[in-house]
Amino acid sequence: MRAFTYERAKDPVEAARIVASRPGAKFIAGGTNLLDLMKIEVETPTHLVDVQDLKLDRIEKTRDGGLRIGALVTNTDLAADDRVRRDYGVLTRAIVAGASGQLRNKASTAGNLLQRTRCPYFYDTNMACNKRKPGSGCAAIGGYSRQLGVIGVSNDCIATFPGDMAVAMRVLDAVVETVDASGQRRSIAIADFHRLWGDRPDQDTVLRPGELITAVTLPRPIGGRHFYEKVRDRASYAYALVSVAAVIQRDGTGRVAFGGVAPRPWRVEAADALLPQGAAAVTARAFQGATPTKDNAFKLPLATRALASVLAQAADQNRA
Amino acid sequence: MKFDSPAGTNPIDRKQAVGRALPRIDGPLKTTGLAPYAYEHHREVPNAAYGAIVGAGVAKGTIRSIDTSAARAAPGVLAIVTAQDAGKLGKGKMNTVKLLAGPSVDHYHQAVAVVVAETFEQARAAAALVRVDYARTKGRFDLDDALKTARPAPGDDGEARVGSFESAYAAAPVKLDAEYTTPDHTHAMMEPFASIAAWNGDALTVWTSNQMIDWGRGDLATTLGIPKDKVTVLSPYVGGGFGGKLFLRADAVLAALGAKAAKRPVKLAMSRPMMANNATHRPATRQRIRLGATRDGMLTAIGHESGSGDQPDGGPEAAVNQTKLLYAGANRLAAMRLAVLDLPEGNAMRAPGEAPGMMALEIAIDEMAEKLGMDPVAFRIKNDTQVDPAEPTKRFSQRQLVRCLTDGADRFGWAKRNTKPGQVRDGKWLIGMGVAAAFRNHVNMTSGARVQLSQDGRVTVETDMTDIGTGSYTIIAQTAAEMLGVPVDAVEVRLGNSSYPVSAGSGGQWGAANATAGVYAACVKLREQVAQRLGLGTDAVFAEGRVTGGGRTVALRDAAAQGPLSAEDKIEFGDFSKQYQFATFGAHFVEVAVDAYTGVTRLRRMLAVCAAGRIINPISARSQVIGAMTMGVGSALMEELAVDKRFGLFVNHDLASYEVPVHADIPHQEVVFLDEADDKANPMKAKGVGELGLCGVGAAVANAIYNATGVRVRDYPITLDKYLDRLPAIV
Repeated sequence: MRAFTYERAKDPVEAARIVASRPGAKFIAGGTNLLDLMKIEVETPTHLVDVQDLKLDRIEKTRDGGLRIGALVTNTDLAADDRVRRDYGVLTRAIVAGASGQLRNKASTAGNLLQRTRCPYFYDTNMACNKRKPGSGCAAIGGYSRQLGVIGVSNDCIATFPGDMAVAMRVLDAVVETVDASGQRRSIAIADFHRLWGDRPDQDTVLRPGELITAVTLPRPIGGRHFYEKVRDRASYAYALVSVAAVIQRDGTGRVAFGGVAPRPWRVEAADALLPQGAAAVTARAFQGATPTKDNAFKLPLATRALASVLAQAADQNRA
Repeated sequence: MKFDSPAGTNPIDRKQAVGRALPRIDGPLKTTGLAPYAYEHHREVPNAAYGAIVGAGVAKGTIRSIDTSAARAAPGVLAIVTAQDAGKLGKGKMNTVKLLAGPSVDHYHQAVAVVVAETFEQARAAAALVRVDYARTKGRFDLDDALKTARPAPGDDGEARVGSFESAYAAAPVKLDAEYTTPDHTHAMMEPFASIAAWNGDALTVWTSNQMIDWGRGDLATTLGIPKDKVTVLSPYVGGGFGGKLFLRADAVLAALGAKAAKRPVKLAMSRPMMANNATHRPATRQRIRLGATRDGMLTAIGHESGSGDQPDGGPEAAVNQTKLLYAGANRLAAMRLAVLDLPEGNAMRAPGEAPGMMALEIAIDEMAEKLGMDPVAFRIKNDTQVDPAEPTKRFSQRQLVRCLTDGADRFGWAKRNTKPGQVRDGKWLIGMGVAAAFRNHVNMTSGARVQLSQDGRVTVETDMTDIGTGSYTIIAQTAAEMLGVPVDAVEVRLGNSSYPVSAGSGGQWGAANATAGVYAACVKLREQVAQRLGLGTDAVFAEGRVTGGGRTVALRDAAAQGPLSAEDKIEFGDFSKQYQFATFGAHFVEVAVDAYTGVTRLRRMLAVCAAGRIINPISARSQVIGAMTMGVGSALMEELAVDKRFGLFVNHDLASYEVPVHADIPHQEVVFLDEADDKANPMKAKGVGELGLCGVGAAVANAIYNATGVRVRDYPITLDKYLDRLPAIV
């Protein structure tokens, strides 16, 4: 870990201004990912701006019947919120499927969206990694890639976005709200928030330097039955091989997004429309153009089978 | 004390202290943080500087140069040591590969330098500033490739034959020929490698985390080129080792070198991401098993061949050894090949040999039972042997494998298992049961101890035995309490100090039985002194703090009225012990549920029935077995060091990517010990148990998955990607 300086910001615009104006500055919230990465010098910020005093820790109703989740609401509090459990069950299920109780107590909503990939080559500074060091190459391509991406990846990076919460948010059409150093506010659809790697895998999201997430809003509830099916080798405390976030309506229509497969929560709206035709039709469309490796080709049939499991549960619940 | 005939009735048989389910006596120290681990001896070493290791960034090559200028200029840096300025270093007897690289690099993350600084943070930051220029050379990282040209393992390991395997196999009416693979495993113990080193002139004291004090002491002296008697090794508490800490490792060497250079005591803990590649691991195996049997299920030919790899001058993973002893059969082949690899050093990990060997053999037995149309429990029973098949005059000292299997089958409800795979459903879950035998040799080892009786009647035991989380403190206290007729809390146990008598140490499940036998021997000597001092004759009885003999009863403490009494002895084994084969046995039963959609396997029930001689403490023995069962679940379902064959490293070198079971993976575990006492093993009539619980678990899980799904996976770990395409169609 490199030496760094630290300060606690008092309001969001001030925080944004400091980070925008100081090269090497970064925000820190729960620090559950950033500190680990700093210890092994994958992240080397020179200045940390702690945002924990910004009072962004409330969950409020929006005027159009949705919810506005403050950036600093912890994963634990978000998952436990009565309104979320009642109206956005997929989100609670996704959050509690991730990390551990201790980490969820510390991890924030905004930080969860910004967690970095778990590609093992990204974590080893002796290995080439375009995401860690642009232009150095990608040791994962041709290497151990069982956990890595099957779609939306590029010739420069085959890493995935590893989170669970964002996959549920993608199904719910969440919107990320930000503020920048000049006080300018911006609303970014979750669909557009995480980038596909292309030739700039070092840039995970569309956030600009210093731009600070202040909240995530959820549109009004859409009803339906909510599922988060997370497939992993270990029963807990493991990243998804494949996950399926789905909201299925009584008539068999619905929405579905996949985790553990791509640089972003993977949802193809045209594939949603095929849900009444069953899992295979959906995944055939959603994973059209997939470029798996030999190690991770299993993720494609696994995605189909995991979705089929969800659809079977939905059908069972409808019968009940 | 020479153990040269069966143990007759002795004080241990009273089982007042021994055999009791006593919670560990060091438990309160551990739960209150008062048990100091290697890195925590602040009181003894208040002024330690901090060391950080620089690990090699390539797997094979030569160091052209090391630029330490930026690191030396960094805040707080006191010293940097590389092979260039370490002076001449030797190599420990138990180490295959040198612990400090230079000029050659032998494997990834081999230590290249140690940076010493005032604070931990400064040392770590400065270590990242050390620039090493390597000339990378081509290495051998692909086991399958390397095995194509591998030689037989040296000596008896290469090939052992009984009868004529090939002709018996060819003639057998029912045959199995199958290949199995097991991956590299890392120990993943909780406490990392850690040491504090302090020099006093030319004498060195090291607080470390080591299972075998005397080996570590000798190899540290050899490595540093100083006399052994100038080295003191202290390892009172060890936070898990699993064989990774049997040997001297880089932490102790670099702490000593760093302390010498900085002229300050140095403390150093290896970072988690460095452990998998810097230290040793359990090597991967490629196994072929051929079985031949008569139609009624008598094994006539047993062939087990295994290939593994290691660094030059390393050894094989002895995966075939249990196959020489587990089942009867007149014609046998056990052979191993050893390839040369440039991956990190392969070496012992909990139940080396038997763990991966049983993972393969006990699937093969299950497959053969099915071919024969026999119940796998009945098939195993039919092929039981009470003698070493290679040496029929050599009997097992005690062998109740059959009872483990039958008791286990009864308790588990084995009769309810559907013999046809893939038939039992519970909603989306496919349900199956599996069984495997457990087998692990018991090893007799010389072990010494010193016992002292003080004027207040308290007893102190000193031995360099270690407690690696196993319960050594407790069972040694129980042993001394039993022998001297005092309450357990009147016994103080001091362990893990090289100034104490040399013990068996902790490894190969030999620790408990041999170390307590050594304490027994010392106590026998102390009893003689007591009886003599009190004039009570040689058959005095020690009970409830009193000694009775010749019609007189005297308080034990009276023997020490004129000063403490001290006795030292060791247990030794000779020709008598060579007449028997010593081993421990068990049966594992497992019920699994496999998600018919996703292939996810979750365990539902586990049972182990163990026959391991006298159980000195049922609580700590049970803890050993359930821990081993948990480790077995890891090796069955998730544990694998992923090899990057281009760059020559284990890629998933942290605990996020090398998955070991968590609580949610482990269901109800039941452990049953048969009531045994093996009088041919040692005066304690006890044998090892710490590794038995691991041997066979993986295969029981694999066999249960087969019973659940009808899919046979022979490559561990059994992750869903290996059988997803063979599960029932879902639409």
